[in-house]
Amino acid sequence: MLRRFRLEEPQSVAEVSELLGRFGESAKVYAGGTELLLAMKEGLVQYERLVNVKNVTGLNEITVTDGSVTIGALCTHHQLETSAALTEKLPALKKLEQNVANVRVRQVGTIGGNLCFAEPHADPGTLLIALGAKLITEKSSSKREIAAEDFFVDAYETALEADEVLTKIQVPVPAANGRSAYLKFGYLERPSVGVAIAFNLAVGCAGPAPRRVAEAEALLEGKSKDEAERNLAQAGAVAGRAAQAISDLHGSQEYKEHIVGVLLKRAFQRALS
Amino acid sequence: MARAMTRHSEAQSIPVSFTLNGRLHEIEVEPHELLLDVVRDQLGLTGAKRSCDVEVCGACTLLVDGRPVSACTTLAFEVRGRSVLTIEGLAEDGKLHPLQQAFIEHGGFQCGFCTPGMILAAKALLDENPNPSEAELKHFMHGNICRCTGYKKIIESIMAAAKKMRVKA
Repeated sequence: MLRRFRLEEPQSVAEVSELLGRFGESAKVYAGGTELLLAMKEGLVQYERLVNVKNVTGLNEITVTDGSVTIGALCTHHQLETSAALTEKLPALKKLEQNVANVRVRQVGTIGGNLCFAEPHADPGTLLIALGAKLITEKSSSKREIAAEDFFVDAYETALEADEVLTKIQVPVPAANGRSAYLKFGYLERPSVGVAIAFNLAVGCAGPAPRRVAEAEALLEGKSKDEAERNLAQAGAVAGRAAQAISDLHGSQEYKEHIVGVLLKRAFQRALS
Repeated sequence: MARAMTRHSEAQSIPVSFTLNGRLHEIEVEPHELLLDVVRDQLGLTGAKRSCDVEVCGACTLLVDGRPVSACTTLAFEVRGRSVLTIEGLAEDGKLHPLQQAFIEHGGFQCGFCTPGMILAAKALLDENPNPSEAELKHFMHGNICRCTGYKKIIESIMAAAKKMRVKA
């Protein structure tokens, strides 16, 4: 059961920002609703108003420019999993998107909603950190870029200000195709652990928020293949600790840390293959 | 606070004009009303089932513009201007859809609770990919859960229907 709320249907980013500024914590952005509506049905959160952003134009496109792919925040997972641009430029992200939740969630859930809701067991944030993505945000009269690694503050908490709207995600294309990988493991609907390698190394799902692990990167970056392979176990241990794994239904802390190491080794091999 | 509560409970009505199983419907809904409740309770079509209520099991699957959605977590106003298909709209002129026929012939259901969602999801799959491999079928259908059959006969049913539909097409 959902409690009654009012619906606002703005047509522009400036209007969205204005509404969010005016109504503060009593209003929430609503896009696909696949996560927000669940939390509302459970009574975990309650809003007086939802601001439906799906009428704002220009935010559901995928464009390729020099060395980067720009993804509109309203692109659905289904749009991303079937995108020719992603197949060509960001195969790891495409593969991740093909495996988000299930076909119904992918049909309506948006990439922007996924990132802004910041559910700890979400996949995209981890790979976007590894890819060095930038999140473009707007307010009524200003615009800024937030590095993906700075976006996730804590579980369900992002760097967005109250009246700030995520509009686009800009993802640099890795130089040689395929030199990135995202692997996840889990036996419930949502993954227990996710590990991504690209420009950066990132871990997610195991703890409250996805994290870049620079200390593990240092063990692999600029090394010969043999040397990097010798360092993999240590990098895995470092990444495991950095994941801030939590013991829960998805597994114990110790177990998740171990899985981070296993996935890191496999992701490394996949990124090089 | 008192004022906020008053504002909170004010009803807001949204006109929704949409096609349901090929027929135009014009209804009014409140923003918080769920598609599953509207279809089951207001429009009397009870094929779609409420089960997990968290988009995991697929028992409430409906097709909106041909694509599967979880009606349990879809706001009803979202179908404005769109075309909704429920299991009740699948048979044509009293003749079962090849998927329905195949589920009967191949024992694709036991208790039948998951079947409307299963068949609608399978229809979306076959409309997009008339000749799926078993791996593609499993990937597409993994979000529809059956607690009786062990899936083997469901997969057989969908594969058999796919074959029949390809011959027909």
